[in-house]
Amino acid sequence: MSRVVIAALASGTLFGAGLAISSMTDRRVVLGFLDVAGRWNPTLAFVLAGAVAVTGVAFHLVLKRPSPMLGGEFHVPRGDAIDRRLLSGAAIFGIGWGLVGFCPGPALVGAAAGLADAWIFLPAMIAGGWIAGRATSR
Amino acid sequence: MSGWASALAGGVLIGLAAVLLLWSIGRIAGISGIATGAIEGARGDRAWRLAFLAGLVIAGAIALQFVPAPPRTQTAPAPLLLAAGFLVGFGTRLGSGCTSGHGVCGLGRLSRRSLAAVATFMAFAMATTFIVRQASVSLP
Repeated sequence: MSRVVIAALASGTLFGAGLAISSMTDRRVVLGFLDVAGRWNPTLAFVLAGAVAVTGVAFHLVLKRPSPMLGGEFHVPRGDAIDRRLLSGAAIFGIGWGLVGFCPGPALVGAAAGLADAWIFLPAMIAGGWIAGRATSR
Repeated sequence: MSGWASALAGGVLIGLAAVLLLWSIGRIAGISGIATGAIEGARGDRAWRLAFLAGLVIAGAIALQFVPAPPRTQTAPAPLLLAAGFLVGFGTRLGSGCTSGHGVCGLGRLSRRSLAAVATFMAFAMATTFIVRQASVSLP
């Protein structure tokens, strides 16, 4: 395996462990966090806070380097446009997330862990992405 | 570990994963984008994506054996799960990112665009959860 593949495998491993440990894969906990007007469970705010505390400091330092450690260049989105496509996509994603409490990472991990909910959710998620890709590439 | 401590520990691991990916190979750890490229992207650009996803699902599934795991049985009606899955797939593709790409990575880069996306999907998710809970309470 190339070093690039090993680095990506290591990153995915940390990410997957983080999702499981933080309860992001438990859609009931996620819905408890989203239910701000009901019996709100604010615990999951610590997931985003912990992650962004790390990326907020370290991304700044990493992006000062001329290139990534294993070569190539940084693939960071350059656009800063807040357009209708971004906002409508985020709104549609938010509705789906709020309906059952799965976002893409936890759905993938949940399917691998054998959760029946994720097995039903995942094929529909892939189909939705494929259709959006077809619709926007014209 | 209590709830907030494991949430914080998991969040830090996710942040470290994103930093490792950017530092080593210069990529943003956005799961919807990585998955899309793994399925539809150029052949030479697939290996790292598949490796990331393999690590994600294997480590996630193993870690779930050691923490309080969600039920394996179906807990929501299939039409609801299918509709939600479709909306999540469609929306993240249209909006170029999900909780990881716009949330963990975009906010870490102080991207205005990602901040707008995160504020939007959080607001719509909270509003949707509110409406669903109101509707299910008022059902007989």
